Amino acid sequence: MKGSVSEPAWVRWALIGVALAFLVLNLALPLAAVFAGAFAKGVAAFRTAVDEKDALAAMRLTLLVAGIAVPLNIVFGLAASWAITKFDFRYKSVLISLIDLPLSVSPVVSGLIYVLLFGLQGWLGPWLRAHDIQIVFAVPGIVLATVFVTFPFVARELIPLMQEQGRTDEEAARSLGASGLQTFWHVTLPNIRWGLLYGVLLCNARAMGEFGAVSVVSGHIRGLTNTLPLHIEILYNEYNYVAAFAVASLLAGLALVTLVAKSVLEWRFRDQLAGTGH
Amino acid sequence: MRAILGLTMLLAGTAMAAPVGAAPVTLLNVSYDPTRELYKDIDAAFAKDWQAKTGDVVTINQSHGGSGKQARSVIDGLEADVVTLALAYDIDEIAERAKLLPAAWQKRLPNNSTPYYSTIVFLVRKGNPKGIHDWNDLVKPGIAVITPNPKSSGGARWNYLAAWGYATKTLGAAKAKDFVTKLYHNVPVLDSGARGSTTTFVERGQGDVLLAWENEAYLATHEAGGDKFEIITPSVSVLAEPPVAVVDKNAAKHGTAKVAEAYLRYLYTPAAQEIIAKDFYRPRDPAVAAKYAAAFKPVQMFTIDRNFGGWTKTQAVHFADGGVFDQIFEAAKR
Repeated sequence: MKGSVSEPAWVRWALIGVALAFLVLNLALPLAAVFAGAFAKGVAAFRTAVDEKDALAAMRLTLLVAGIAVPLNIVFGLAASWAITKFDFRYKSVLISLIDLPLSVSPVVSGLIYVLLFGLQGWLGPWLRAHDIQIVFAVPGIVLATVFVTFPFVARELIPLMQEQGRTDEEAARSLGASGLQTFWHVTLPNIRWGLLYGVLLCNARAMGEFGAVSVVSGHIRGLTNTLPLHIEILYNEYNYVAAFAVASLLAGLALVTLVAKSVLEWRFRDQLAGTGH
Repeated sequence: MRAILGLTMLLAGTAMAAPVGAAPVTLLNVSYDPTRELYKDIDAAFAKDWQAKTGDVVTINQSHGGSGKQARSVIDGLEADVVTLALAYDIDEIAERAKLLPAAWQKRLPNNSTPYYSTIVFLVRKGNPKGIHDWNDLVKPGIAVITPNPKSSGGARWNYLAAWGYATKTLGAAKAKDFVTKLYHNVPVLDSGARGSTTTFVERGQGDVLLAWENEAYLATHEAGGDKFEIITPSVSVLAEPPVAVVDKNAAKHGTAKVAEAYLRYLYTPAAQEIIAKDFYRPRDPAVAAKYAAAFKPVQMFTIDRNFGGWTKTQAVHFADGGVFDQIFEAAKR
């Protein structure tokens, strides 16, 4: 024990202290403030704020958008990381950079590109209007913007993991006569499932919480195109602070549920987790 | 679009069960920031009135934001049946850039298509600790003025022009630019919309004075409990006329032209004018105006058309890129 940590005790405690102070200041206190604000006028006020037509519509829309964006990005993330790590081809680094693009672009720009593409004054706008298809300022636009900003999360989680694991397992499976699909299902997927789960959780959290890109393409129609984060802003701007914090606490609650789900899964499958790769 | 929206509503589960025999109609009213409370009341009253008259159930959806930003969204395809914005120029832009309504839209309804008007006043903290009474108090050193960004907010443009008008009247046209530069030198933060500025002043406690719509100032005082702020009416201000218009092409596409027109005409009825006055906007109807005269102090108001040569010219001179506001903002930062 002593040999592995050679720094003096005060260094260790200082580091722990800094980390803890940072966590409390930046995570615990704001979270507490959200819940305190939500219940500032009692449980009844909280319940009225949450059980309200527009709040419920925002909740449904957020779940719908995450429900579409996350599966799409699982498929994409698996395909991309599979292609990148198991095959050699030219311009691989270009593909990797492209996947990272949404992380380096401001979310506002991510929203604007869809307005420029599908907006009435955009490239495809007149055609879409002639065919009665509404993309921006409607649910499809919100889904597209969310898919765009959450694009890298699954792939970014899987690529390093699959690179580290190498191709030997798959090559062995193929040499024993397994088909491509069998190899994926019985060899690759079990190896990467924890990385995949983590990627999905990150992707889901961002899909539910995205504000900037969605704000640009939403049109802010109450009860129709407001996601939870947008609805919170509206409530706040209407001097409706208790309701704003109540809905914010719902969003925080969704995030906590995802975290708890992850911990439960990890605990439930800890034996397999310890044996990952075998 | 209706099909998609219908599907969406079904997916989102918000499709409401309409009574048998009634044709449900949906209108989208794209409006500016401070009218949230006003249209919440108007929409409910109109829906009742419309159902009584025609038997049809009408649902009005609302979208609110900075006036310029909202106009931009309609230009980019937000399918508003009616727009109720902060100033005529923003609707002119929709007519010009997207050709969704005729250029002469403002002639179609009474009073320049403005069913109510307002003006710009000051909101100060209780007891008026900095002794702010008129525009010349705003340029004194050490006064922090809160006003939104005229580039994105309609209310902010009225604020700016009100200050400009005061300076022209009292100091002469040559000194106006210098006066307004000094004023913006005292602005610590420019929010993108009127409501954002109100929140900055009321909730975050920033600044000594908020330049605001009269209705917004009343609402903020009211929401804060009535004893935290005071409204100061300056010696002279601007006649702020927020206009309304049917967006013809969108309404035609949705088959809502008739109900959209009826909705805007309803704003001029005594019932709606009452709601308008209760929400602190100045009503056009003489009877209602007389009834609520005590709430609205008489103030000398100059107009954009008479004193600034209309919105198109004002916009080009003051708020276009590289225009007077940009020059002032650059100078004020130093």
